[in-house]
Amino acid sequence: MSQMTLKTEGDTHVVVTRRFAAPPAAVYRAHTDPELIQKWMLGPEGWTMPVCINEARPGGNIRYEWTDGKGRGFYLTGQFLELRPYSRIVHVERMHLPDPTPDNHVETTFEPDGQGTLMIMRMTLPDAKTRAAMLATGMETGMEASYVRLEGMLKSAQDAGAHV
Amino acid sequence: MDSGSLDSVFSALADPTRRAILARLAKSEATVMELSEPFDMSQPAISQHLKVLEDAGLVVRRVDGARRPRRLSHDGIDAMDEWLAMLRKALETNYERLDDVLATVNRRAPKKGSQR
Repeated sequence: MSQMTLKTEGDTHVVVTRRFAAPPAAVYRAHTDPELIQKWMLGPEGWTMPVCINEARPGGNIRYEWTDGKGRGFYLTGQFLELRPYSRIVHVERMHLPDPTPDNHVETTFEPDGQGTLMIMRMTLPDAKTRAAMLATGMETGMEASYVRLEGMLKSAQDAGAHV
Repeated sequence: MDSGSLDSVFSALADPTRRAILARLAKSEATVMELSEPFDMSQPAISQHLKVLEDAGLVVRRVDGARRPRRLSHDGIDAMDEWLAMLRKALETNYERLDDVLATVNRRAPKKGSQR
């Protein structure tokens, strides 16, 4: 299975790469068809995306709403700037937590790679501080999952009498 | 690390401002005054957050004349690495789901009658 890479570049960029075993047209569709997006862009186990608006045309709107089904949730809004089927998508997005985060400018390219696709997602944040905050905030949902694991860890430590 | 200090690490990390402070300190050490400006917070508010981070062992202070610059401790660096690993994990989970979606779409292709 292809490894994902995530790295920072310069002061304001974050670059994610990932290979897929499907042609660029299919991967591009999975990023622009709401029905498909709702099947995978979900984050940690147990979260769903009940609202998915993806108007894949220049100027078109994006709105994704996530919920954990227990009353917690957040949403993202954005606009498409450029679309070149099936090779390139440029859009801006911001998270609402519920205050909006500064705009994240995202260029996603889909290149043929053998039988599959190499996807490169390049995010540009307004400044280094915003990028640091985004990397910290983006982990929030991941943190939730780890809190649950931590609770389990602490509990078994207590059960084993290791906790004082 | 015993479970008590693990607990204080996680409660220190539970606050988005404290995570942003750690992210800032990951770049270079900084004083309370240097931190209060970009975060648009009062110095006492920053000091309060730093105290939680110091008590959790994530941040240490150095004496430099009248300055008391803070930097990440080894545990703080580990915690930052862990955050990045968790962000990677959340994204990777998404892309593993996308692999499954693509495999299903491929099997069904070409789609019949359901094109909009």
